[in-house]
Formats: sequence, structure tokens, C-alpha cells
Amino acid sequence: MNDKLYKILLLATALAMPIVCGGVVYALVTDAYEAFEHFGFFNFLTSSEWSYTEGAEQYGALPFITGTLTTTLLALLFCIPFSLPVALFVGEYFKDTKAASVLGAATDLLAGIPSIIYGLWGFYTLRPLLMALNISPQGSGILTASLVLAIMIVPYAASLSAEFIKMVPSDLKESAYSLGATRAEVIRTVVFPVAGPGIFTSYILAAGRALGETMTVTMLIGNTNTIPHTITSTGNSMASIIANQFGEADDLRLSSLIAIGLILFLMTACINLIGKIMIKNARIE
Amino acid sequence: MNREKKKIRNRQAKDKALLWAVCLLAALTSVPLLAILGEVLLRGYDQLSWSFLTEPTPTAYRAMKAIEAGEPIAGGIANGIVGTMLMLGMAAAAAIPTGILCGAFLAENAKSRFAQIVSYLTDLLQGTPSVIIGIVVYIWVVVPMKGYSAIAGSAALCIMMLPLIVRSAEETLKILPASLKEAGLALGGNSARVTLKVQLPAALGGIFTGVLLAVSRVIGETAPLMFTALGCSFIRFAIDKPISAVPLLIWEFFNDPNLQELIWGASLFLLLFVLILNLTAKQLAKKWKQ
Amino acid sequence: METVTPILQFNKTCVSYTKQTMAVKYVSAAIQPNTITAIMGPSGCGKSTLLRAVNLMHSLYPNIRVDGEILLNGENILSMDPIDVRRRAGMVFQRPAPFPTMSIRDNVLSGYALNGIRLSKTEKDETVERCLKSVALWDEVKDVLNKKGTFLSGGQQQRLCIARALAMKPDILLMDEPTSALDPIATAHIEQLMQELQKEVTILIVTHNMGQARRIASKSMFMYLGELVEYGDTETMFTSPTDRRTKAYLTGKMG
Repeated sequence: MNDKLYKILLLATALAMPIVCGGVVYALVTDAYEAFEHFGFFNFLTSSEWSYTEGAEQYGALPFITGTLTTTLLALLFCIPFSLPVALFVGEYFKDTKAASVLGAATDLLAGIPSIIYGLWGFYTLRPLLMALNISPQGSGILTASLVLAIMIVPYAASLSAEFIKMVPSDLKESAYSLGATRAEVIRTVVFPVAGPGIFTSYILAAGRALGETMTVTMLIGNTNTIPHTITSTGNSMASIIANQFGEADDLRLSSLIAIGLILFLMTACINLIGKIMIKNARIE
Repeated sequence: MNREKKKIRNRQAKDKALLWAVCLLAALTSVPLLAILGEVLLRGYDQLSWSFLTEPTPTAYRAMKAIEAGEPIAGGIANGIVGTMLMLGMAAAAAIPTGILCGAFLAENAKSRFAQIVSYLTDLLQGTPSVIIGIVVYIWVVVPMKGYSAIAGSAALCIMMLPLIVRSAEETLKILPASLKEAGLALGGNSARVTLKVQLPAALGGIFTGVLLAVSRVIGETAPLMFTALGCSFIRFAIDKPISAVPLLIWEFFNDPNLQELIWGASLFLLLFVLILNLTAKQLAKKWKQ
Repeated sequence: METVTPILQFNKTCVSYTKQTMAVKYVSAAIQPNTITAIMGPSGCGKSTLLRAVNLMHSLYPNIRVDGEILLNGENILSMDPIDVRRRAGMVFQRPAPFPTMSIRDNVLSGYALNGIRLSKTEKDETVERCLKSVALWDEVKDVLNKKGTFLSGGQQQRLCIARALAMKPDILLMDEPTSALDPIATAHIEQLMQELQKEVTILIVTHNMGQARRIASKSMFMYLGELVEYGDTETMFTSPTDRRTKAYLTGKMG
């Protein structure tokens, strides 16, 4: 093949990325414009009204922003006590052993399960369980969605933090041991401080995953368009309101849903950008 | 001295406690995995049959009649399987060559400003929630074509596969020894020939693994297909008409009380498909690394 | 000849990584207090392994077995608690490794912090000053004690690590090729420092540098394929080695 032609071909395919991303932003912005123009950008963000009675249409994103943020934060909270031990197990205690690769494979499989199946499991197993335990009266709600989200992000948070824990130089750990530290003390005084920025970044990126997770949340959150007041309340996340109503919406409601999509896109883009920058700084030599 | 000994014993007890806590909590993490696999397997096992895989979905009315008569619901998920395969095929046909070449571009020009931007955009696209890809394809494809279609569904799947393939191609090409390329160039090949005839074949195993993982990642996607492929209750091969997919069927069964019986068979099929692809990819990756 | 009780004694010490291969084979030797003893030998001869065994580093890695006896002040450390042993035997590693998240001051005091020993502020100040002075780092860092140790030069970092080990007042200081990552000037500095330190503490040093052994150590061991081939006064060993393997090594006929 001609060298020049090949270079052009490479460049052309590389242009696919900017074109697709540009297309995403352009489509979202132009189609969300109507909603922002009608309600005002700031007003749209802070209004908690979502009613589509003809003639008195009123759409605001606040209940869904709240729903997304609470489910994400709770999911992070529930995921830490499990992902951190997994990361320590794989990256420190049983580093490079059979046990670590078995656990690693299990969490990989967990990451491979489609989100709709997580939703089914949450709906048919976890929901009745929460009802039986009297934790949540109707079963569905913020709490149920967050619990399943937490299980879904454990593999991401754990495998990424394990990478950083593995990177802590053995010189440093051995220095601490040579001064008489126990393993728990080495973990507390050397491993966590050194791998800390990386571990933190893992959770940021895991939060980015939870923010946009759609089907699981749609199936479990209860789908009500009001601001949730307790963690067992029902609600809707930004992704779930889109999944629920996009098919039936038109005109102003469609534009409002796309506006919510735009906000969600910006949120995940920011989180990912911050995560990528932090990961670069968190690399341990 | 005695106090000293006691203190050490205390610290060692804490050390042991942490070890046990780590092992216990780490082991607990596999409970949901087993619970999900177990539930889907047990509830879906007796539904999975030849006719379930070869017959299209019954209408809700027929299903209701069957339930009233106390018979098992006839029909299956063939329409979904055909749709999934058709859309995946089209998406892969577009995403694989584009992704590999784009990955080659990133591997060759790692330091250029433009490549860094492309690299960031790849991450951006990979992190974009799938439901948003659905919206965008709806705006760009469904609206101009005045209808839902297999083309739109495969466009959504393609956009989601693309960054995964780019990354795996880039990473595989980057870890190839530089000597390989130099040897090719030393023999007088131009860089196009060297890449296509020497580097890509050497990287094929790694790239193939990446493609398998990308497919397993998007095969279970539901949200973006809801606004693009829509769904269809009979088997069809037309690419400009609405079409079904296995995850879409699961969503339909979930929402239709008459069809709920079929959920688990469809889920088991999807789960097995995803896990087999996943495990094959991991196995290949191990082999390729050696 | 006066008889001094040895501070450290190896008694048929063996270290094995797997059942078949022994990295250290039946080493017996006695180390006298306040000496510098160098362990030499080609790479892979087991010299680092032997040194690390004194600090029970092998107990961190489940597959490694140590047999025989290692007596520190007459007590067999193999049946002692690792924490206890490691406090009495300080260790300095090949690459300088100050804790990157701690200040210079906290690095010196890290042994106390890690062992949960509380010191008063004056005790802390005294320890920091004493240890940094004994490694000749005090004048260079006394104004930046609260900064992280990572901006120091390699030689300074290594001296900080020695100070950190000395802070615990160990009976013996184990050094595993402490200058192999340093430039010649920093190396000379550390060597001079070791000469000073032998008044306070016994030093056992692994080195691949024959010149270094000759310059600083009064006693030397030569190990080959896990065996202790020769052990005696450094000068005697260099001028008239008794074993032909030692001779081959010292004359550069063996890597």
C-alpha cells in the first residue's frame, strides 16, 4: 500500500473520534436548547416540578439530579467496605497467588453481568428481602437501587485500587517491617498513604460508572418524579427518567429529557476528566 | 518487659483481626455473583429448549390464554437472537476496522497533540452512559430516517464498541517490541506495509481478545436499543425496520405480566452468552501473553 | 587473644526457597561486637538472603524456610517474635526508601510510631537530633525537618534511612548493598559514616564491591553458591586467601 494513502487513512479513522464526540455534544445541545430556552437554564436545574398536563407543562431536573447524586453516593458508601478488602486481598495479602487470581476472576465475572440482569436480581430477590426485613415498605426505592449499584461498581473500584496497592514499592514496605511494624501497621502507615491518591481516584471513576447506570436503577428506584426525602423513598435518577419517558415523550418534554441527558453527559465527562488527570498524578514510580 | 510483651501481643491480635476481616469481606463479595448466577440458572434452566431458541415471542394475548389454560407459554426469543446477531454483526463490521486503525494511529503518534486529544475523547466516549448514546443515535439516525431501525440500533452498539476496540488495539500495538517494526523497515518495507503485514498480524491475538470483550460488553446493553431498535415481535432480517434484541425482550417480559414467565430463560441465554465470550477472551489473553 | 562473646552467631543456618534448592547452606560464623563485617560473593551466592534472614524478612514470604540457628546476643531469633527481632536489628536497603508521605522528622521517628511507642516532645527532638547528627545529616536538614524527605539527594536519603534504623537503638545494623544506587561521592560519605558508627553499633554489610569491603570492613566473609567459603580478617583474606574460589573471585576470575 502507498505510504501516503495509509497515513491519510489513519488520520481519517482517527478523526472518527472527534466527529462522534462532536456529534454527541451537538445533538444534545441543539435538542436540549428548547427546554433551556423555555424554562431558563438555572430554573430548569433548580425546579422540582415535573408535570405534563397539557397547557400547564412544567419540567425541572432537580428531583432527578438529587436521585442520581444520592444513589451514586450511597452506592459508593456501600461499595467501600467490600471493594477495599478485595483490593487488599488481591494487591497485598495474596498478591500473585492462586487465591488472588480466583477472586480476581470472580470480580471480573461480576463486572461482565449485564445491568438488566442485575436489575432482575434486585427486583426479584433483593426487593422482597428488604420488604421481609421491614427495611423498606414498598421494596423499591433509592436504597434498593443503591445496594445493587454498589455491587455493580465493586469490581471497578477493587481492580483499579488493587493496581495501585500493588505498585507500592516493596522497598518501602520492607523498610517498615524492618523497623518492627506488623502487616496491619504497614498497610496503615505505608500502603494506604502511598497508594491513597490512586485508591481515591478509583472511587471517583467508579462513581462515574454509577452516575450513568440506567437499567438497574430504572427497575429498582420506584420511578416517581419527586425529590426523595428518605433513603427508602422512591424516586428517579437522570438516566432512569430518560429510560422511562423518552419513548412516549415529544416536543417540550422530549427536549427536557434531552436536557437532562446533556447535564448527565457533562457530569460524567467532568468526573472522567478529573479521574484521568488524577490517575496521571497518582502513578507511583 | 511484661507490659512490652503484652503490647506486642495486642498489636499482633489487631494484625490478625485485619487479615480475617479482609478475607471475610472479600469472600462476601462473591456472594452476589453466586446468588445471581444461581438464581438465573435455576429459574431459567427448564425454559431453555430448542423451541425457545428457534421460535419468536408469543403475543401477550396468546401468553395470557396459555396461562389461563394452565399450559406453558409457547414461543421463545428467536426474534431477539436474530436481532442481536444482526445488529452486532453490523456494528462490529464498522467498529473493528475503524477501531484498529484509530488504535494504530494512537500507538504511532502517541506524543502528538492531536493524538492526545483523540485519546482523551476515546476515554470520554467510553465513560459516556449508554442511555445518552441512545438519545444521540435517536437524534441523528431515527429522526432523519423517520423510524426505528436495526441500522440505528447497530449505530448505537458501534459507538459503544469503538472506544473499547481503539484502546485494546492501541495497547496491544504499543507493547509489541520496537525491534519488530525496525526489522520490517530495515528490509525496505514502508511504514504502511510494516504495520499491516508485520505489526497487525503480530498483534492479532490481543486485538481479537479486545474485540471479544467489547462484544460481551455491549451485547447486554438495553437502554440505547430502547430508543433506536425499539423491538419487534417476529423474526425479521430487514435493516431499515424496527428489530428486537435479547436484552430488549427481557425488558419487555419484565414489563408485561403475561410474559413474565419467559424472563429467566432469556436471561439465562444472555448471561451464558456474555460469560462464555468473557471467559474465552480471558483464556485467549492468557495464551496470547505467553 | 581475648575472647569476646559474639553479638551475632550463625549456627548451621540454611535458607531455602523451595524444597529442592537451598539459597544458603549450613553457614556457621560468629560476628564480634563493634566491628564491620562485609559479606562478599558473586550475585546469587546467597549473601543478601543470609543478611535478610537476620531480620526475619523471610517470614513475609510464605515459601521461604530458615533452618539452623541464628543467635542474637545468645537468643535464637528464629524462635522469637519478628517484631522483637526487627527492633533489635536495624536494616538499610539497596535503594534509599524514605517513607514518601512522611516528613524528614517523622521518618526518623517512624520506628517509634510504627511500634506504637509514645515519646515526649523533648525525647522526640533529642532522638531526631542525635540520629541525624550521627549520620552527619543534621546540618543539612535541620531547617527543613518538616518537609518530605523525597527532595533530598540519593545519598542524603540513604543517610536518612540509616538514621531511621539507628533511632530504634538496634544491637546490629544490617546493610544490604547500601551504596549500590549511589554515586562515588555519596558512597564515600556513607563509607566514612560507617567507620564512625562502628563505635556505637555492629555492622553487617553485604557488598558486591571488593574495594568497599577492603576499605571499611575489619572482617570479611566470602560466599559462593550458598556456602560460606571463607571468613576472617579482611586484610588476610585479600592478601592470602586460603580457598582457591576466594582467590578466583578476588582476582576477578569469577563474576
